[in-house]
Amino acid sequence: MIAAFALLLAFQLAGEALRVALHLPVPGPVIGMGLLLVYLIARRGPSESLRTTSGTLLQNLSLMFIPAGTGVMLHGARLFDEAGPILVALVASTVLGLAATGLTLHFLTRKRKQEASR
Amino acid sequence: MSPESMTEIWVYLSAQPLLWLTLTLAVYLLALALHRKAKGHPVVNPVLVSVSILVVLLLVTGTPYQRYFDGAQFVHFLLGPTTVALAVPLHAQLKRLLAMGGPLLIALVVGSLTAGLSAYAIGALLGASTPTVISLAPKSVTTPIAMGVAERLGGLASLTAVFVILTGIFGAIFADGILRRLGVKDDASIGFALGLASHGIGTARAFQLSEQTGAFAALAMGLNGLFTAITLPWLLPLLAPLLK
Repeated sequence: MIAAFALLLAFQLAGEALRVALHLPVPGPVIGMGLLLVYLIARRGPSESLRTTSGTLLQNLSLMFIPAGTGVMLHGARLFDEAGPILVALVASTVLGLAATGLTLHFLTRKRKQEASR
Repeated sequence: MSPESMTEIWVYLSAQPLLWLTLTLAVYLLALALHRKAKGHPVVNPVLVSVSILVVLLLVTGTPYQRYFDGAQFVHFLLGPTTVALAVPLHAQLKRLLAMGGPLLIALVVGSLTAGLSAYAIGALLGASTPTVISLAPKSVTTPIAMGVAERLGGLASLTAVFVILTGIFGAIFADGILRRLGVKDDASIGFALGLASHGIGTARAFQLSEQTGAFAALAMGLNGLFTAITLPWLLPLLAPLLK
Protein backbone atom coordinates (compact mmCIF):
# COMPACT_ATOMS: atom_id res chain seq x y z
CA MET A 1 0.00 0.00 0.00
CA ILE A 2 2.85 2.40 0.85
CA ALA A 3 4.64 1.38 -2.35
CA ALA A 4 1.48 2.07 -4.39
CA PHE A 5 0.98 5.42 -2.63
CA ALA A 6 4.62 6.32 -3.30
CA LEU A 7 4.07 5.45 -6.98
CA LEU A 8 1.02 7.76 -7.17
CA LEU A 9 3.00 10.57 -5.51
CA ALA A 10 5.95 9.98 -7.84
CA PHE A 11 3.66 10.34 -10.89
CA GLN A 12 2.11 13.48 -9.38
CA LEU A 13 5.60 14.86 -8.78
CA ALA A 14 6.62 14.05 -12.36
CA GLY A 15 3.42 15.79 -13.55
CA GLU A 16 4.19 18.90 -11.50
CA ALA A 17 7.77 18.95 -12.77
CA LEU A 18 6.60 18.69 -16.41
CA ARG A 19 4.00 21.42 -15.86
CA VAL A 20 6.59 23.86 -14.50
CA ALA A 21 9.27 22.92 -17.03
CA LEU A 22 7.00 23.20 -20.10
CA HIS A 23 4.66 25.96 -18.73
CA LEU A 24 1.63 23.71 -19.33
CA PRO A 25 -1.85 25.06 -18.42
CA VAL A 26 -2.94 21.63 -17.13
CA PRO A 27 -2.76 20.89 -13.37
CA GLY A 28 0.21 18.70 -12.35
CA PRO A 29 -1.90 15.81 -10.99
CA VAL A 30 -3.77 15.62 -14.34
CA ILE A 31 -0.46 15.29 -16.19
CA GLY A 32 0.48 12.65 -13.61
CA MET A 33 -2.77 10.81 -14.44
CA GLY A 34 -1.85 10.83 -18.15
CA LEU A 35 1.67 9.58 -17.37
CA LEU A 36 0.30 6.80 -15.14
CA LEU A 37 -2.12 5.76 -17.91
CA VAL A 38 0.80 5.43 -20.35
CA TYR A 39 2.71 3.44 -17.70
CA LEU A 40 -0.28 1.12 -17.16
CA ILE A 41 -0.64 0.51 -20.92
CA ALA A 42 3.09 -0.31 -21.17
CA ARG A 43 2.91 -2.52 -18.07
CA ARG A 44 -0.38 -4.17 -19.16
CA GLY A 45 -2.40 -3.20 -16.08
CA PRO A 46 -1.86 -2.13 -12.46
CA SER A 47 -0.30 -4.26 -9.73
CA GLU A 48 -2.69 -5.70 -7.15
CA SER A 49 -1.57 -3.17 -4.53
CA LEU A 50 -1.97 -0.21 -6.90
CA ARG A 51 -5.45 -1.43 -7.83
CA THR A 52 -6.43 -1.72 -4.13
CA THR A 53 -4.89 1.62 -3.08
CA SER A 54 -6.46 3.48 -6.02
CA GLY A 55 -9.81 1.84 -5.30
CA THR A 56 -9.69 2.93 -1.65
CA LEU A 57 -8.77 6.51 -2.55
CA LEU A 58 -11.42 6.79 -5.29
CA GLN A 59 -14.12 5.25 -3.06
CA ASN A 60 -13.48 8.08 -0.60
CA LEU A 61 -13.25 10.85 -3.18
CA SER A 62 -16.16 12.55 -1.33
CA LEU A 63 -13.96 12.99 1.78
CA MET A 64 -11.39 14.96 -0.19
CA PHE A 65 -14.02 17.49 -1.37
CA ILE A 66 -14.76 18.47 2.25
CA PRO A 67 -11.87 20.82 3.25
CA ALA A 68 -12.25 22.91 0.07
CA GLY A 69 -16.06 22.65 0.17
CA THR A 70 -16.07 24.03 3.73
CA GLY A 71 -14.44 27.12 2.20
CA VAL A 72 -18.01 28.02 1.14
CA MET A 73 -18.12 29.94 4.45
CA LEU A 74 -15.65 32.41 2.95
CA HIS A 75 -17.97 32.98 -0.03
CA GLY A 76 -21.31 33.41 1.76
CA ALA A 77 -21.65 37.06 0.70
CA ARG A 78 -20.71 36.37 -2.95
CA LEU A 79 -23.10 33.41 -3.22
CA PHE A 80 -25.89 35.51 -1.72
CA ASP A 81 -25.23 38.58 -3.91
CA GLU A 82 -24.97 36.56 -7.13
CA ALA A 83 -27.45 33.80 -6.26
CA GLY A 84 -29.63 34.47 -9.36
CA PRO A 85 -26.97 34.31 -12.10
CA ILE A 86 -25.18 31.42 -10.34
CA LEU A 87 -28.32 29.31 -10.03
CA VAL A 88 -29.48 29.95 -13.63
CA ALA A 89 -25.97 29.34 -15.05
CA LEU A 90 -25.49 26.11 -13.08
CA VAL A 91 -28.88 24.58 -13.87
CA ALA A 92 -29.11 25.69 -17.52
CA SER A 93 -25.53 24.73 -18.44
CA THR A 94 -25.84 21.32 -16.75
CA VAL A 95 -29.10 20.58 -18.62
CA LEU A 96 -27.50 21.80 -21.90
CA GLY A 97 -24.38 19.69 -21.27
CA LEU A 98 -26.43 16.57 -20.49
CA ALA A 99 -28.65 17.04 -23.56
CA ALA A 100 -25.75 17.80 -25.95
CA THR A 101 -23.74 14.76 -24.81
CA GLY A 102 -26.66 12.33 -24.63
CA LEU A 103 -28.24 13.35 -27.96
CA THR A 104 -24.90 13.36 -29.82
CA LEU A 105 -23.89 9.89 -28.65
CA HIS A 106 -27.43 8.55 -29.10
CA PHE A 107 -27.60 9.83 -32.69
CA LEU A 108 -24.10 8.62 -33.65
CA THR A 109 -24.47 5.11 -32.22
CA ARG A 110 -28.02 4.68 -33.58
CA LYS A 111 -26.78 5.53 -37.08
CA ARG A 112 -23.93 3.07 -36.67
CA LYS A 113 -26.28 0.29 -35.50
CA GLN A 114 -28.57 0.89 -38.52
CA GLU A 115 -25.60 0.70 -40.89
CA ALA A 116 -24.45 -2.50 -39.22
CA SER A 117 -27.89 -4.11 -39.62
CA ARG A 118 -28.13 -3.24 -43.31
CA MET B 1 -13.73 19.25 35.63
CA SER B 2 -14.10 22.97 36.25
CA PRO B 3 -15.34 25.24 33.43
CA GLU B 4 -11.99 27.06 33.54
CA SER B 5 -9.98 23.94 32.80
CA MET B 6 -12.49 22.92 30.08
CA THR B 7 -11.94 26.28 28.43
CA GLU B 8 -8.18 25.86 28.79
CA ILE B 9 -8.30 22.44 27.06
CA TRP B 10 -10.53 23.82 24.28
CA VAL B 11 -8.24 26.81 23.70
CA TYR B 12 -5.25 24.47 23.43
CA LEU B 13 -6.90 21.82 21.22
CA SER B 14 -8.72 24.21 18.88
CA ALA B 15 -5.36 25.73 17.93
CA GLN B 16 -3.95 22.28 16.99
CA PRO B 17 -4.30 20.79 13.48
CA LEU B 18 -5.23 17.45 15.10
CA LEU B 19 -8.66 18.62 16.30
CA TRP B 20 -9.99 19.77 12.92
CA LEU B 21 -8.42 16.86 11.05
CA THR B 22 -10.13 14.41 13.41
CA LEU B 23 -13.44 16.28 13.21
CA THR B 24 -13.31 16.30 9.39
CA LEU B 25 -12.95 12.50 9.34
CA ALA B 26 -15.58 12.00 12.08
CA VAL B 27 -18.13 14.24 10.32
CA TYR B 28 -17.46 12.42 7.01
CA LEU B 29 -18.13 9.03 8.66
CA LEU B 30 -21.34 10.41 10.17
CA ALA B 31 -22.44 11.75 6.75
CA LEU B 32 -21.72 8.35 5.15
CA ALA B 33 -23.88 6.65 7.80
CA LEU B 34 -26.72 9.13 7.13
CA HIS B 35 -26.35 8.52 3.37
CA ARG B 36 -26.71 4.76 3.90
CA LYS B 37 -29.68 5.32 6.22
CA ALA B 38 -31.41 7.38 3.49
CA LYS B 39 -30.81 4.42 1.13
CA GLY B 40 -28.40 6.45 -1.00
CA HIS B 41 -30.88 9.23 -1.82
CA PRO B 42 -28.85 11.76 -3.87
CA VAL B 43 -30.03 14.73 -1.77
CA VAL B 44 -28.33 13.24 1.34
CA ASN B 45 -24.99 13.77 -0.37
CA PRO B 46 -22.05 13.03 1.98
CA VAL B 47 -20.14 16.16 0.93
CA LEU B 48 -23.15 18.45 1.28
CA VAL B 49 -23.97 17.03 4.73
CA SER B 50 -20.34 17.14 5.97
CA VAL B 51 -19.73 20.68 4.77
CA SER B 52 -23.00 21.90 6.33
CA ILE B 53 -22.11 20.38 9.72
CA LEU B 54 -18.53 21.73 9.64
CA VAL B 55 -19.56 25.25 8.63
CA VAL B 56 -22.03 25.36 11.55
CA LEU B 57 -19.31 24.03 13.94
CA LEU B 58 -16.81 26.64 12.74
CA LEU B 59 -19.30 29.51 12.97
CA VAL B 60 -20.56 28.47 16.44
CA THR B 61 -17.01 28.13 17.84
CA GLY B 62 -15.83 31.29 16.05
CA THR B 63 -13.02 29.36 14.34
CA PRO B 64 -11.55 31.03 11.24
CA TYR B 65 -11.48 28.91 8.06
CA GLN B 66 -7.69 29.21 7.89
CA ARG B 67 -7.27 27.55 11.29
CA TYR B 68 -9.67 24.78 10.23
CA PHE B 69 -7.69 24.29 7.02
CA ASP B 70 -4.40 23.96 8.96
CA GLY B 71 -5.80 20.60 10.09
CA ALA B 72 -7.94 19.66 7.09
CA GLN B 73 -5.12 20.31 4.60
CA PHE B 74 -3.85 16.76 5.16
CA VAL B 75 -7.12 15.44 3.68
CA HIS B 76 -7.10 18.13 0.98
CA PHE B 77 -3.60 17.02 -0.05
CA LEU B 78 -4.94 13.56 -1.00
CA LEU B 79 -6.82 15.15 -3.95
CA GLY B 80 -3.54 15.12 -5.91
CA PRO B 81 -2.64 11.41 -5.68
CA THR B 82 -6.35 10.54 -6.07
CA THR B 83 -6.47 12.42 -9.37
CA VAL B 84 -3.46 10.43 -10.54
CA ALA B 85 -5.28 7.25 -9.41
CA LEU B 86 -8.10 7.99 -11.92
CA ALA B 87 -5.74 6.45 -14.50
CA VAL B 88 -6.52 2.99 -13.05
CA PRO B 89 -10.29 2.87 -13.88
CA LEU B 90 -9.53 4.71 -17.13
CA HIS B 91 -7.09 1.94 -18.08
CA ALA B 92 -9.67 -0.71 -17.13
CA GLN B 93 -12.10 0.85 -19.67
CA LEU B 94 -9.51 1.21 -22.41
CA LYS B 95 -10.80 -1.61 -24.68
CA ARG B 96 -14.35 -0.30 -24.63
CA LEU B 97 -13.09 3.24 -25.20
CA LEU B 98 -11.17 2.19 -28.31
CA ALA B 99 -14.09 0.11 -29.64
CA MET B 100 -16.55 3.05 -29.49
CA GLY B 101 -13.81 5.63 -29.92
CA GLY B 102 -15.22 7.89 -32.67
CA PRO B 103 -18.74 8.53 -31.34
CA LEU B 104 -17.45 8.87 -27.76
CA LEU B 105 -14.85 11.47 -28.74
CA ILE B 106 -17.36 13.54 -30.74
CA ALA B 107 -19.88 13.40 -27.85
CA LEU B 108 -17.06 14.36 -25.47
CA VAL B 109 -16.08 17.44 -27.47
CA VAL B 110 -19.69 18.59 -28.07
CA GLY B 111 -20.83 17.94 -24.49
CA SER B 112 -17.77 19.30 -22.73
CA LEU B 113 -17.70 22.55 -24.69
CA THR B 114 -21.47 23.02 -24.24
CA ALA B 115 -21.38 22.43 -20.47
CA GLY B 116 -18.31 24.56 -19.77
CA LEU B 117 -18.77 27.48 -22.14
CA SER B 118 -22.54 27.83 -21.56
CA ALA B 119 -21.95 28.07 -17.80
CA TYR B 120 -19.41 30.83 -18.39
CA ALA B 121 -21.52 32.65 -20.99
CA ILE B 122 -24.83 32.51 -19.10
CA GLY B 123 -23.15 33.64 -15.87
CA ALA B 124 -21.39 36.51 -17.65
CA LEU B 125 -24.50 37.64 -19.55
CA LEU B 126 -26.54 37.67 -16.33
CA GLY B 127 -23.96 39.94 -14.75
CA ALA B 128 -22.03 37.61 -12.41
CA SER B 129 -18.51 38.81 -11.50
CA THR B 130 -15.41 37.57 -13.33
CA PRO B 131 -14.03 35.32 -10.53
CA THR B 132 -17.51 33.78 -10.23
CA VAL B 133 -17.91 32.94 -13.94
CA ILE B 134 -14.35 31.57 -14.16
CA SER B 135 -15.14 29.36 -11.17
CA LEU B 136 -18.40 28.25 -12.91
CA ALA B 137 -16.79 27.14 -16.19
CA PRO B 138 -15.13 23.87 -15.00
CA LYS B 139 -18.07 22.88 -12.76
CA SER B 140 -18.92 19.67 -14.66
CA VAL B 141 -15.46 18.21 -14.06
CA THR B 142 -14.32 16.15 -11.10
CA THR B 143 -13.24 18.41 -8.19
CA PRO B 144 -9.44 18.07 -8.20
CA ILE B 145 -9.27 18.96 -11.90
CA ALA B 146 -11.96 21.67 -11.68
CA MET B 147 -10.19 23.38 -8.78
CA GLY B 148 -6.83 23.22 -10.51
CA VAL B 149 -8.24 24.67 -13.74
CA ALA B 150 -10.19 27.45 -11.97
CA GLU B 151 -7.17 28.41 -9.87
CA ARG B 152 -4.92 28.67 -12.93
CA LEU B 153 -7.46 30.88 -14.75
CA GLY B 154 -7.99 33.28 -11.82
CA GLY B 155 -11.10 31.70 -10.30
CA LEU B 156 -11.57 30.68 -6.67
CA ALA B 157 -10.78 27.02 -5.96
CA SER B 158 -13.07 26.72 -2.94
CA LEU B 159 -15.97 28.41 -4.79
CA THR B 160 -15.42 26.00 -7.72
CA ALA B 161 -15.64 23.06 -5.31
CA VAL B 162 -19.06 24.34 -4.19
CA PHE B 163 -20.25 24.69 -7.83
CA VAL B 164 -18.92 21.21 -8.69
CA ILE B 165 -20.83 19.66 -5.80
CA LEU B 166 -24.07 21.51 -6.64
CA THR B 167 -23.75 20.47 -10.31
CA GLY B 168 -23.14 16.85 -9.31
CA ILE B 169 -26.18 16.72 -7.06
CA PHE B 170 -28.42 18.42 -9.65
CA GLY B 171 -27.31 16.00 -12.38
CA ALA B 172 -27.64 12.94 -10.16
CA ILE B 173 -31.24 13.84 -9.31
CA PHE B 174 -32.53 15.02 -12.71
CA ALA B 175 -30.29 13.66 -15.50
CA ASP B 176 -31.98 10.38 -16.40
CA GLY B 177 -35.43 12.02 -16.33
CA ILE B 178 -34.30 14.82 -18.67
CA LEU B 179 -32.55 12.43 -21.07
CA ARG B 180 -35.46 9.99 -21.27
CA ARG B 181 -37.79 12.91 -22.07
CA LEU B 182 -35.45 13.79 -24.97
CA GLY B 183 -35.71 10.21 -26.27
CA VAL B 184 -32.23 9.18 -25.13
CA LYS B 185 -32.82 5.80 -23.55
CA ASP B 186 -29.74 3.65 -24.18
CA ASP B 187 -27.34 2.85 -21.32
CA ALA B 188 -24.23 4.13 -23.08
CA SER B 189 -25.64 7.60 -23.88
CA ILE B 190 -27.28 8.11 -20.46
CA GLY B 191 -24.13 6.96 -18.64
CA PHE B 192 -21.74 9.01 -20.77
CA ALA B 193 -23.90 12.16 -20.36
CA LEU B 194 -24.17 11.66 -16.58
CA GLY B 195 -20.43 11.24 -16.10
CA LEU B 196 -19.58 14.09 -18.44
CA ALA B 197 -21.98 16.68 -16.98
CA SER B 198 -21.97 15.57 -13.33
CA HIS B 199 -18.58 13.85 -12.72
CA GLY B 200 -18.27 11.49 -9.70
CA ILE B 201 -21.67 12.16 -8.16
CA GLY B 202 -23.32 11.54 -11.56
CA THR B 203 -21.21 8.40 -11.97
CA ALA B 204 -22.40 7.06 -8.62
CA ARG B 205 -26.00 7.65 -9.78
CA ALA B 206 -25.25 5.89 -13.11
CA PHE B 207 -24.07 2.77 -11.26
CA GLN B 208 -27.46 2.69 -9.50
CA LEU B 209 -29.15 2.50 -12.94
CA SER B 210 -26.99 -0.36 -14.27
CA GLU B 211 -23.41 -1.65 -14.39
CA GLN B 212 -23.12 -0.69 -18.08
CA THR B 213 -24.41 2.85 -17.46
CA GLY B 214 -21.90 3.25 -14.64
CA ALA B 215 -18.96 2.12 -16.76
CA PHE B 216 -19.73 4.72 -19.44
CA ALA B 217 -20.15 7.42 -16.76
CA ALA B 218 -16.73 6.62 -15.25
CA LEU B 219 -15.20 6.81 -18.71
CA ALA B 220 -16.86 10.17 -19.45
CA MET B 221 -15.79 11.61 -16.09
CA GLY B 222 -12.13 10.78 -16.76
CA LEU B 223 -12.19 11.94 -20.38
CA ASN B 224 -13.96 15.22 -19.61
CA GLY B 225 -11.49 15.91 -16.81
CA LEU B 226 -8.58 15.52 -19.18
CA PHE B 227 -10.27 17.36 -22.08
CA THR B 228 -11.39 20.31 -19.93
CA ALA B 229 -8.00 20.63 -18.26
CA ILE B 230 -6.37 20.84 -21.67
CA THR B 231 -8.89 23.02 -23.59
CA LEU B 232 -10.50 25.38 -21.06
CA PRO B 233 -7.31 27.31 -20.17
CA TRP B 234 -6.96 28.19 -23.86
CA LEU B 235 -10.65 28.69 -24.74
CA LEU B 236 -11.78 30.94 -21.87
CA PRO B 237 -9.36 33.79 -22.67
CA LEU B 238 -10.72 33.70 -26.27
CA LEU B 239 -14.37 33.76 -25.15
CA ALA B 240 -13.97 36.37 -22.38
CA PRO B 241 -13.61 39.49 -24.60
CA LEU B 242 -16.77 38.56 -26.58
CA LEU B 243 -18.96 38.81 -23.46
CA LYS B 244 -17.75 42.14 -22.15
